[in-house]
Formats: sequence, C-alpha cells, structure tokens
Amino acid sequence: MSFFGVERVRKKERELERKLRANDREFNLPFKYATNGIKTSKYNPFTFLPLNLFEQFQRIANAYFLFLLVLQVIPQISSLSWFTTVVPLVLVLTVTAAKDATDDLNRHRSDNQVNNRKVDVLIDRKLRSEKWMDVQVGDIIKLENNQFVTADLLLLSSSEPLNLVYIETAELDGETNLKVRQALTVTGDLGEDVEKLADFNGEVRCEPPNNRLDRFTGTLTHAGQKYPLDNEKILLRGCTLRNTGWCFGLVLFGGPETKLMQNCGKSTFKRTSIDRLMNVLVLCIFGFLAFMCVILAIGNCLWELKAGSQFTVFLPRQDGNSAGFSAFLTFWSYVIILNTVVPISLYVSVEIIRLGNSFYIDWDRKMYHPRNDTPAEARTTTLNEELGQIKYVFSDKTGTLTQNIMTFNKCSINGKSYGDVFDYAGQRLDITEHTDPVDFSFNPLADPRFVFHDHALVEAVKLENPEVHAFFRLLALCHTVMAEEKKEGELSYQAQSPDEGALVTAARNFGFVFRSRTPDSVSIVEMGEQRRYELLAILDFNNVRKRMSVIVRSPEGKLRLYCKGADTIVYERLHQSCGKLMDVTTEHMNEFAGEGLRTLALAYRDLDQEYFSQWKQRHHEVSTSLDDRDGRLDELYEEIETDLQLLGATAIEDKLQDGVPQTIEQLAKADIKVWVLTGDKQETAENIGYSCNLLREEMNEVFVLSGNSPEDVRRELRNALSSMKPAGDSTVLPDEAVNGEYGLVVNGHSLGYPLERSMELDFLRTACMCKAVICCRVTPLQKAQVVELVEEYKQAVTLAIGDGANDVSMIKAAHIGVGISGQEGMQAVLSSDYSFAQFRFLQRLLLVHGRWSYLRMCKFLRYFFYKNFTFTFVHFWYAFFCGFSAQTVYDEWFITLYNLVYTALPVLGMSLFDQDVNDKWSFQHPELYLPGQLNLYFSKKAFFKCALHSCYSSLVLFFIPYAAMHDTVRADGKDVADYQSFALLTQTCLLFTVTIQLGLEMSYWTAVNTLFVVGSLVMYFAVTFTMYSNGMFLALPSAFPFVGTARNSLNQPNIWLTILLTSILCVLPVVTCRFLFIQLCPTINDKVMLKVRQAKTKDPPLPRRARIRRTSSRRSGYAFSHAQGYGDLVTSGRFLRRPAPSRSSGLAHAGRSTTSFSPMGRSAGYSPTGRPQNAKVQDVEVTSLQMYRSVRDPAL
Amino acid sequence: MAKQAPDFANRPDNTAFTQQRLPAWQPMLSAGIVIPGFVLIGLAFIGIGVALLVTSQSIQVFEMDYTGVGNNHPCFHCSDPKPKPCVCKLNFTIDFFLKGPVFFYYGLSNYFQNYRKYSVSKDDDQLSGNLKNFESPSDTCSPYQRDNNKPIVPCGSIANSMFNDTFKLYQNVNATMKPVNFDGKGIAWWTDYNIKYRNPDTTPLRNAFNNTVKPIFWPVPAYELDPKDPANNGFINQNFLVWMRTAALPDFRKLYARINDPPYAEGLPAGSYMLEIQYNYPVLAFGGTKKVVFSNVSWMGGKNDFLGIAYLVIGTLCVLMSIVMLIVYAKFKFPEED
Repeated sequence: MSFFGVERVRKKERELERKLRANDREFNLPFKYATNGIKTSKYNPFTFLPLNLFEQFQRIANAYFLFLLVLQVIPQISSLSWFTTVVPLVLVLTVTAAKDATDDLNRHRSDNQVNNRKVDVLIDRKLRSEKWMDVQVGDIIKLENNQFVTADLLLLSSSEPLNLVYIETAELDGETNLKVRQALTVTGDLGEDVEKLADFNGEVRCEPPNNRLDRFTGTLTHAGQKYPLDNEKILLRGCTLRNTGWCFGLVLFGGPETKLMQNCGKSTFKRTSIDRLMNVLVLCIFGFLAFMCVILAIGNCLWELKAGSQFTVFLPRQDGNSAGFSAFLTFWSYVIILNTVVPISLYVSVEIIRLGNSFYIDWDRKMYHPRNDTPAEARTTTLNEELGQIKYVFSDKTGTLTQNIMTFNKCSINGKSYGDVFDYAGQRLDITEHTDPVDFSFNPLADPRFVFHDHALVEAVKLENPEVHAFFRLLALCHTVMAEEKKEGELSYQAQSPDEGALVTAARNFGFVFRSRTPDSVSIVEMGEQRRYELLAILDFNNVRKRMSVIVRSPEGKLRLYCKGADTIVYERLHQSCGKLMDVTTEHMNEFAGEGLRTLALAYRDLDQEYFSQWKQRHHEVSTSLDDRDGRLDELYEEIETDLQLLGATAIEDKLQDGVPQTIEQLAKADIKVWVLTGDKQETAENIGYSCNLLREEMNEVFVLSGNSPEDVRRELRNALSSMKPAGDSTVLPDEAVNGEYGLVVNGHSLGYPLERSMELDFLRTACMCKAVICCRVTPLQKAQVVELVEEYKQAVTLAIGDGANDVSMIKAAHIGVGISGQEGMQAVLSSDYSFAQFRFLQRLLLVHGRWSYLRMCKFLRYFFYKNFTFTFVHFWYAFFCGFSAQTVYDEWFITLYNLVYTALPVLGMSLFDQDVNDKWSFQHPELYLPGQLNLYFSKKAFFKCALHSCYSSLVLFFIPYAAMHDTVRADGKDVADYQSFALLTQTCLLFTVTIQLGLEMSYWTAVNTLFVVGSLVMYFAVTFTMYSNGMFLALPSAFPFVGTARNSLNQPNIWLTILLTSILCVLPVVTCRFLFIQLCPTINDKVMLKVRQAKTKDPPLPRRARIRRTSSRRSGYAFSHAQGYGDLVTSGRFLRRPAPSRSSGLAHAGRSTTSFSPMGRSAGYSPTGRPQNAKVQDVEVTSLQMYRSVRDPAL
Repeated sequence: MAKQAPDFANRPDNTAFTQQRLPAWQPMLSAGIVIPGFVLIGLAFIGIGVALLVTSQSIQVFEMDYTGVGNNHPCFHCSDPKPKPCVCKLNFTIDFFLKGPVFFYYGLSNYFQNYRKYSVSKDDDQLSGNLKNFESPSDTCSPYQRDNNKPIVPCGSIANSMFNDTFKLYQNVNATMKPVNFDGKGIAWWTDYNIKYRNPDTTPLRNAFNNTVKPIFWPVPAYELDPKDPANNGFINQNFLVWMRTAALPDFRKLYARINDPPYAEGLPAGSYMLEIQYNYPVLAFGGTKKVVFSNVSWMGGKNDFLGIAYLVIGTLCVLMSIVMLIVYAKFKFPEED
C-alpha cells in the first residue's frame, strides 16, 4: 500500500500484451505487473483529511460556502459574522467525513481479510504458505478443493482425470452449476510433482488485463512448442474449486488486474430524478440570488446618490463617495446575507432522510422471508424517493416470477382426469396446505418431497390399470434424466430441465422408479419389481420437433416407441383410432391450460422387430453421413413417429413465486407497466405471462413479433399499431390512448431489429401502448438495451428486478435495480440497489416504502424551501428601509441556528414519520401511487408555488411588525421600536409561522413529532433567553450584544399580539386554499384520506381475495425448456461411469462436452420442493456433469 | 442444506417504530374543523381588534415639527447650521387635558440609524467599561476610532452622532412662564443601564478618560454630559443610552423625558405652553425632520391604530371566508363514493 494513497505506479503506457515466464520472478519483475494485493479503500490516516476535504469541496454547495466564508473575511463586504457560515459548514463537513471514514474503514477491513488469506505457492522448489497479497504474476500456486481461486490462473494440472477441474462461478456470474476447465496435456503431465513443476519454465503471451469474463486468448511456449490458450484453461479469481482434489495454476493476472476486479468498481453512481431536479433548481436559485442582489445593489447605488451622500454628516464614507463602488460591495454583502436561499443543510437533511427511510426497508418484517431468513436490504441509501415514481418494471422470469420449480399437478389418462380434489358433494375443492396429501408409503423409493392430492390416481395404479401403468412407464423411460444412487434407495435425479425432473419424479412416486441408465439400457423398478429396458434409440428433442421419443425393448422382448411432446405435434401423429380419446383429452388439456399449467401429450407405438431393424440400419447410415445429416435424421424420426396411440396428458405447474399474480395486478392498478425480459423460449414466457396475470384472456389481442428480417419486424410493428389505433393520426404523444387492452410478445431474434436506431421509436411506441410486454430469448445485453431505450425516450423512471447474473446488466442500467436475494448466486444482489427474497415484496417496496419516501421527500423539500425562502426574503424587504446597507433583520445567532437547531428536527421528524394513509390502505388503493409517476408532489411548478408562498409570508412577516411597531413604545413609555427588539419580534414571528406551517403539512403526528415541534419552540426561547442573558453578555460583550432584548420586549402584550396576528395571517390563506381545493377538486390522496376517516378504523376491509382462476382456451405449446443435444450424450456419445478410463482417448471430445453443456445455465439444480439447492453447500455432490466425462462408446 | 432455518437470526424487530406503526394523530382539514375554526378565530380577532382600537383611541398624542422649514417657523433661524448655539422658542396650545403620566419624545425622520455601517460602529467592550478598549477601540468604530491618533471614547458613529438638542417646557399661566419639570431619569432600559453599559470603576470617572478624546461632534466629554447629576454621566447617561439603542427604521422617536413632577404628574392641562429648544442637531442636510411628541401610554404601549384595525379586518375576513367555505362545502363537497 503506497504511502500517499495515490495510484501506485501509474501505468507508464497501456499494456498491449502480457508476457510472463513461469517460476521466474526476475524475468517478470521489469514489467511491473500488479501483485495480488487488492486495495478498494480510498484513504489512509495521513491522506484522509486532505483527500476527503478535497472531495467534499468538489460538491457545489460546500464550495459555495467556502466562497462565502472568504467573502465574509473581507471587512468591507462582510455583513455577517464568520460563525454564521462556519458553524453549519463545519457540521456538514464533519458528518460527511465521519460517514466516509466508517465506509473506508470497512473497506480496509475487507481488503485486509482478503489479502491475508493463505495459499500454497511454489517458491524455491518448495510449496510454501503465503498470503494472497504476496503472490506475484508468474508464480505457480496450488489450490485445494473448495478454495477460492487466488488470482487469474492458467490451469496447469489437476488431481482429476484428463486434467479437468470443476469450478463454481457463482461470485462471477451467479451461476451455480459447475463448469469444467481442462489443462493442456503438456502441463497436465506435470501432475503434482513439485520438482517438475519447479522446473517448468513455460512462457505465456496473452491479452492485457480486461473485464471480459468469457474470453481469453494467449499462447504458451514450452520446450520450443507453442500451445494456444483459451478461456477453457483459465481459472478466474472469484471462482471456487469444487469436486477436485487439488490443482496447480500459473498466475497470469494478479489483484487489481484480475477480471473480477476489472469488472467491479465501475458501477455508475445513480442519482434520483429529484436530485437532478434539485440541481436545476439550485442553479435557478443561484440565478435568482444574483438577481435579488443586483436589484439591491442598484437600490444601494440610487440610495447613495440620493440620500446617502447627504447623510455623510453622521456617517462619513471612508472609501470615497463612489456610489458605484458601494453598490459593488453591497452586491457581495447581500450574497452573504441572502445565502440561505441555497441551503447547505438541505443536502445533509436529504441524506439523513434517505438513510432513515432505507432503514425502514431493512427493518420491515413484511419484507422478511422466513424460509431462508432473508430480510430486505436497501443496499443503496440514496434512491428511496425514486421508488415512489416507478413507471416501468422490467422483470426477469426464472427465479423472479417463477421459482424454477416444476410440479406434476394433474394428468389425464385414457380420458380420465386426475389431480383435482372433490368433496362429498362433488364440488371441486381448492388445494391448500391442509388438504390431505396422498400417502406414498407403499413405495419405499418414493421421493418424500413429492406431494399429490388426488387419491384416485394411486388407486388406479394399485388396481394395475394398464393405461395408467403405461402412462407412468412412459414417464419413467422417455427422458434424458440421470439418476444417482448414493445409498441404497436414496435416489437423486439430475435433470437438464426441471420439467423432466418433475415428470420422472412423478413416475417414481407412483411406482415406476427410474433407477439407473447405461448408454443402452434403462433400469426401472415397476411396482417393486426391477426391470431393465433395452434402450435402442433416443429421438431427441429439438425446437422444431417439439417432442422426444425413445425406442425400448422390454424384458419380455416387446419393442415400443414412447413419445411425449407438444399436444398439437403429437396429435398430428396419432392413429385415427384415438379420435374419441383425443376429444376428451383435449378438453382436459384446455382445462389444465386454463389454470396456467404446462401440458404435454403422451403416446406410444408398438413396433415390430423387422421394421425396426430396417429403420435402425437407415438410421446408422444417416448418422454417419456427412451432408445434411440433421435434415435427414428428422425425416427418419418423422417416419417412425406415426400411428401413435394416445395415452394421456400431463400438466406441470411452473410454480410461480408466492403472490406474483396479485402483485402484478396491484402494480397494474398503480399504472406501473411490467415488462418481462427473459432468456426463456417464447412459449414458456407466454405461458408464464398468462399464469401470472400479465397477459389476459380478455385482451383484445396479443401481438407477437417474431420476424427474421428488419422488414418483417417493421411490418409486424405497423400492423400492431394500426390495429391498436385504427384512426391513423401519427402524433407521438408521451402516452397514447388505446382502444382496448393489448399485449406484446417479442422474440429475441426479432428484438435485435427494433433496438436499432431506425426502428426503436416505432417499437417503443407500440410497446408502450400495450398493457404488457414480454420479450423472450433476450441476451443480457439486450435486456439492458431495452431498459435504456425506455429510459431515453419515455423519460420515465424504471426499475429492473432479477436474480441471476444475466440480469446484472439491466439492474445496472435501470434507475433502480432490485435483486432477489437468498437464492443461488449473489451477482444480481451485489449490483442491485435493493434486494429482497420474493417478487411479491416489490409491491410493498413500491406502494408503501416508495410512496412514503417520495411523499416525505417532497413534503420535506417543499417545506424546506418555503422556510428558507421566507427567512431570506424578509431581508430583501428590509433592504428598502435600511438604505440597502445589507443590514440583517435577525440576530446573527438566530441566523446561525435557524436551520441547524430551531427548525431542523421538526422537519426531519415529519420526513421520517409522515404517512398519509397507512400501509394497508396504500395497498387497498394502489392508485395513490399515480401522483409520484407524474411528479406531482415536487416539480418546478411546486417549487414556484413555494417561492410565491414564501414571498407572501415574508411580506406579512416584515410589514405587519413594521406597521405595528414603527411608532409605538412599551407600556412604560420606553423604546420598543429599536433594531434589536424589531429583530427579535420578526424572528419570533418567523419561527411561529414556519412551525405552524409545518403543522399544516404534517398529517401524521406521532409523539416524536409533537416533541420535536414543541421542543424546538421551547428550545428557541431557551436559547434566546440564554443568549440574551446578562451572563453571556458579561462573558463576551461583543458576541452577545442583544442582552436584555428578550426580557424587555417579550413582556409586552402588543408584541405578542403582533406575533399572533402575523402567524395567523400567514397561515389562514393556506388553510382556506387547501380546504377549498379539497372540496372543489380533491386529489386522490384527499379522497382516500377522507375514506379512511369515514371508515374510522385503522385497517381497510379485507379485500375479497378470490383465487385467480381463468377459464382459458389457450394452452401451452410444450413443456420442455431445455436445449437440444442432451439425448445425444446419453445414448451414443461420451458416457462414463466412474472411474474414468484412459486419458488419451477422451481428450478430443472432452472439450466439446463441456461447451455443449451449459446453455441454460441454471437448470442443473432441480429440486421438486420449494428449496432451491443451496449455493453455499460446502461439499457439492457430484453432478451430472461428471457423469458425462468422456469416452466414445461406439455402440451405434 | 438446512431444511428449516434454525432460528430467525435476521428477522427484524417487531416494534411500532421499525414497522412504522407508531400511534399517531392524523388531523385533516375537514369542514367540521375548518369552518367553526374560522368563525371562532374571526370572532376572537374582532374582539381583540375592538379592544385594541378603543385603547389606541384613548391614547392622546400631541406632536410638533420643529425642523424649522419655512420663513415663519419659529425655528427657521436655527435651521441654518452656522450660528451656534441657537435657541428657538415654540409656542403652542393644547386643547385638551393630556392625561398623565405624559412622556416627552423627540423624533427624527429619514435618519438611517439602521444603516449597517452606522449601526455596527460602536465598541461593546468599551461601552461595558473595559479599559483596554479605551486605549485601543475596536475596528468597528471606524471612522471614529481615533482622532489625531488618540482613541475616541466612546468611539464610533453612533456615539459621535448623539442627539444633542435640549428642551425646556413652560406653561403659560396668566402670561407667566411656569416651568414644567422634565424627568430625564428612567428613560432607558433597565438592562442597558445596569448591564450593557457600565463606566469603568475608576474614580473619579474622568481619570479613566485620560489620554482619550471626546467624540468629534460632542461639545463635552462623556463624563460631563450631565453637569447637574454626577451619577448620570459617562456611558450610563440616560440620553446616551436611549440614543445608543438604535432604531429599526429610518423614522423613529426616542424618549427624552417623563413628566411626573407635581402638579403635572396628573397630566398636562389644556392651555398654552412654550417649548424652549436648544437647537444644535442638523438634519436638513440629509432631508430629515425633527419633531417633539407629548404622549401618554396604555397597556398596549403607544398610540397605534394599525394593530386594532388589522385585527378587525382579518377577523371580519375570517368570518366571511367561513361563510364562503360553508357555501362551497354544502354545494360542492366531493362525492363520497368512488
């Protein structure tokens, strides 16, 4: 750590290529590569003060006050004592510095913790335990299982066969499925031999440090040979080693140059729209201040010419008699006096309020999720009020709206529907937690987590209904799931898609237990009896086929093809004898789809041996042919998948997170538009759109954009537009009126075109006219682009919510980013501004916390500007009666303490406690959210109103005391119209006025508020009497010249009558206006508040929470959500049972198997219950991945 | 993988404060409060207004300008600053019995005692008797800080420009001038006299003023301000104290004396009087005027109709507004359903 905290060695020039040699520190030293220590802290004890002050004075308000301070030191200008500026400035600087110091201390602490982790480093031919920060580029280090990767490494060798290592990249990209990295053979042969490793002197040339996690290029030169290096051989800092005994790696990038560190720290500083508005307003205020000062300077010039020059008998001018110069000085003097229009304490108060409101979010028990003990967290404390202004919500689907858990809910077998529960009267019952689940104890292999409620199905199984048996046999056979049996009877499935997992688990529980598979067989336990089916072919799933089939030979020798797939597709291939059954099943599927379930049709076909052998022969030919293999395979599959016999249909529930439909409904009522951006397929996304109430059956139309060329997409957009707005007026309005409700579904490949310049406006226009927008198959980058598009053209506040690494870009792009916490992967949470465990908490975050924060912030700002403007304007009026001499109206102590002591706490109290209606009513009336979106509570207009109101108040505050006092005396004939008494009178009037005004603003008087308000007034009098007391004067005569003023004037009845008159006169018009407005054009808040008042209860009537049940004719296309290519692996490809066979043969394919594996990222962790597989498990079980390790089996 | 979180370690506390459920009073501007409120305030204000106005009307004020503008004004010959000292005699008649105790004020107009540089031009430390500041007066006193390098005591513009006209009042009783005694004591605030302004402890007082000079405009040094009463000298001279309490506004009046010696303690009877003015103070140069005021006071201080009238007007407006609001409420009150 460098002494002065400045960047250590500023890179002399940009590194173009990195060159390093293993085990050779001398060679690597001249390049000055960063060592592995990281430093995220900003200060050290010596640099803290200067650096921090320097940073703070970059803020315009602080710099302005420094400037004022300079002005005040000039005696000709100084119109106020220095302490009026110094006291608030020092206070502000101290508070901010204290906050920065604690932040930095935490950073130091975490830096230290990371830097002092230990790792084994190969030094002087021996492994030595070193601190992380001492590791250098070119070192060889040894990692062990479950250790964090120390730096960006080139993998040299590992304990596993084929030099593979398994890593978890959760910290990098949030994905918890394991990934494979493989070392080069040449380095892999070094093994664990320290001597050999120490002799290794390979040279690496590679790209300079950058932040691309998915790319790496470089070469390794060893023993005269060059080997290419790519991302598959690199271990990045931040990953965790899993399921691997040990591995050795060569350090390529250290500390700040690692890809992890290059990726962080760039987070843009988000500001709220109120912030931006305030910046504009502050500039306006500066302008206005200058304007006032110019007027007063001109006034001074005229006064000097007219009156002042004659008054020199009593007040000779030292600096000559130049009126112009005097005016110039006056200008600056008034800049000092009127500085309170730019309130420095405003910024501090705003921060405090935001902090307070953030704590409320952290503290909210209604946003706490007990299942994984996760409370909500406000990770950014500066954005609260923006939560009350959200117009667009961009949501991820998987993991956010849905739990990524599939459950087998219903099925239709041979024309009979199972899954519903009926009471004795034959009425269908809602399935709740209390409904009696089916007892699966007859089956020792059943998955205890599987829950089913319809006892009829178990009965049917037990009665050995052949169709039911065939149905479950199909489910147990036709899939690509891998089974693992660690202990006898403890099965766990690794499914690539959760749908499949759910189906196989269902079959397992109903007595058809898929137990294990080999490349050419599937073993299942049928009703307790072990059977082995010969697996002859897998006709795998793909997007076009939308079905998968297996051909198996039963132990009895019967050949059968089992097929499951999208209903429409399967129906086309059925034998005509199933006509009747088709009708009934269709009806059932419609019913299932209406409940938002995903359906699959199941069918089989008996094959005869001869036909199959011939087919198999052709299949073999085709699969070894070179031209158009895929097309010809498809044809072949098509051929055999005909004349199927329908068995039935399954219905799988893609489990939504709790309360998602209700939340979306609430958000819709609050006029928040929800866009779903998902990487999922169109069908899945659409289906979820329906089940979570985003798309509705009643919508006039749901447009689909799926064109493959710009022209197509443009045409589709036009069509959509014209059907939404038949009247073809083309005026682009911020929000266009639409004749009906529409939805829009956009496909990923089409989305690319609208995001280009030429079409983005058309797209946005169309999309914003729709009630709901779903974009599927979008890349993370596109997610961010969509968000940015809306931000740019709609000038609306956006919120993005997601849980995975693929949501990070959109979370960062949106005004507010929300991460779903308590799940696998932290990446989304780490880059988010707010995090909580469940999507449904979003409504509380927005409709309660956001709305209150916005309301409070706006009330605060309005009031704050009012009180400061009023305070300042009085000076302006007084200028006309004191020869524009920059005489203050108030005592200097009052000026110093007004913002800090007398009025600070009441307004803080208001902005921390105020609420118009409580949370329950806020939910009851989501329309209360609308004013925030329209910026109604605080805008330039509202600000202008404040200024006018202040103007009125200040006129009253100056001229009433003026008129009442100018020629009067005390009741004993003595003076009371003197300057000091007048100052006391005006400031007391002012304080009463602003306090009463605060009382009017405040709609929620807690005991604390009352204490603050009353306390501040009491404090005022206490401080005033103290400051004006004899003791203070005797101690410091020139600092407290107001001695006795309070005693002599505040005992006069006419003083108090003036105070009363002034305060009432300031407040009455406000009350009148408000009352009349409430009566004549009540706002939504007024209406709801009146309703609450009339209801006379704290809580609203319980809403009729009817379960949302749609009657829908729509049904899902198909339920598979996995990518193709998996079945291939299972049968013909590289399949392996541990332990791994010889190394050499696997090499050529291992690379492919790993690349082809991770397309869907998070589908690996399948769990049929509500608990996602935990990311933090220390010893990760062997995953399916490892079962795919290598080896070509030339079976087919 | 724990099946059930063993305890809810992170669960937020369930308190009214953290859950934002603090009990609170939620007032609303409803018709039931606003309209009666306005009526009450209106009536109260009208009441106060009437009381104030009646009181104010009962206060008697008699004032005369003596700047000396116009040839036939008795003080005209004094308005020219050159011949000094100049005495002018003002004859006047009071038509009514001016009920006692009567206060005698002098008033100045267009006089900017509140001009910032003027009003800061004094040294509070010096005036509280700090001898250090006798030797080196504070910079705030500039330009009346030093004269010929000798410190001015009391320094500063305010002290320098102290009002120095003097008045004597006679009642014309059957062509004989019967003096009306002015009591110049007790005209300053108690705190000013006892706390804020103090002479140094030196005795005799004049020794404290060694090596200092008197303010330039002053005919006598501070310790000789009142030749008759040695206690009324230095910084605690009552007229000095009154002057030093600078006025808030450019037109002001200051208490000169009280009339509380018999037989005038009961008041000034109707009749003709003669005011003998030692005319020293120049005001014409800056367009100012001088006046004298005889006035009595009430519980609400001096005569001021404004407060009473303002209360009456606002009270009436309140009542009127309440009627308007009642009409609006009855006619337009917003629909309660929806």
